[in-house]
Amino acid sequence: MAPAGLSVGDVVTRASAVPGQAPDSAAPRPDTGTIWRWLAEVPDPEIPVISVTDLGIVREVTWQGDTLDIAVTPTYSGCPATSVIAMDIETALRDRGLTRVRITTRLSPPWTTDWLTDAARDKLRRYGIAPPRAAGGPDACPLCGSAHVERISQFGSTPCKAQWRCKDCLEPFDYFKCI
Amino acid sequence: MDPLFEFLCRMGDNTLVLGHRVSEWCGHAPVLEEDIALANTALDMIGQTQMWLGLAGEVEAKGRSADDLAMLRDVWDFRNLLLVEQPNGDFGQTILRQCLFDLWHKDMLTALTASTNPRIAEIAAKAVKEVTYHAERSADLVIRLGDGTEESRARMQAALDRLMPNTGEMFQDDDTDRALAAEGVAPLPSSLQAGYDARLGALLAEATLTRPESRYAQAGGRTGRRHSEHLGHLLTQMQWLQRAYPWATW
Repeated sequence: MAPAGLSVGDVVTRASAVPGQAPDSAAPRPDTGTIWRWLAEVPDPEIPVISVTDLGIVREVTWQGDTLDIAVTPTYSGCPATSVIAMDIETALRDRGLTRVRITTRLSPPWTTDWLTDAARDKLRRYGIAPPRAAGGPDACPLCGSAHVERISQFGSTPCKAQWRCKDCLEPFDYFKCI
Repeated sequence: MDPLFEFLCRMGDNTLVLGHRVSEWCGHAPVLEEDIALANTALDMIGQTQMWLGLAGEVEAKGRSADDLAMLRDVWDFRNLLLVEQPNGDFGQTILRQCLFDLWHKDMLTALTASTNPRIAEIAAKAVKEVTYHAERSADLVIRLGDGTEESRARMQAALDRLMPNTGEMFQDDDTDRALAAEGVAPLPSSLQAGYDARLGALLAEATLTRPESRYAQAGGRTGRRHSEHLGHLLTQMQWLQRAYPWATW
């Protein structure tokens, strides 16, 4: 039986609450809407122009008594940024005065690039990364806008990206893989 | 041995051993893009290993973590296919090994997304997205190298002749498999063979490669009965830090 606030398969990644520590009833308990707004300011460590909420990896925010539960899903199962993201979230919330935070890894449903917000897609493009498309490749070079693009490699500098090249401006660019 | 623990080790040891093998290419691949692709593929497999062996440790309930299972077991405890422990050889052999594994892996994971065990189903649903990508790349490269130059074709055929006998054990059912299949946890390995043969046949035809006539199968990897000599050498590399400096962390 999973503890309150956890779903089947959730694995606790970070828990800042000290076991046995008396609950601090005087501690502020901001509503979850406020928490979501704070999380929207936590940047992705690899692509800092988008936030962890832009990326769609924060799946749930709930209060369990005086502990804040945050379920995060990994983009790729081996992505090294996952543990950094959990640490960054905890740090950001501690800076806001929250000390009892539990971050869990939730696998199901698996992350999909469909969860990237429209704002995130624009931010990626402006940053020079072509946003994901169901067609499997970018529609245009994010640097010059040309539609003459070709794939160099299915993989790129991070698990979530592939390498493409523009045949007009000749610049290589990253494409955010569609999964 | 608990069949569920055994099965989870089989899944996790496959991705661990192949992930390590593929990572041996890091910094040595023929071109930069392939170096990055190999490293990314290895990373996905190590990530999948953490999920499988993490769950194996939970199921076993003896306090062993995924790291403990990966770094502190010896050859006889590993349950990976013989295929994945085979040496990298040249780039073509590495890609062909990946292709032979990906074809099976994708089918296995797809079947596991319908597992009656929800933890297994959700790991499979996560992993199959990554493996679909691996399978696409490895098949594409096998076709390009097989149907390539005289030199590349000869190397791919030699790799196929060498590796093919190591694929047979993928489809051999044992008591562990039968116990799990009866509960709907995992498919019977033999049930995946017809689809594998058909897809591999079509792929090899396109790559102008010839499947060896002999259906002789090496076995013993996934049961742990007898690994090839290569696994021990691999483990001396992979595990040396934990062996030399037990419990070291960073």
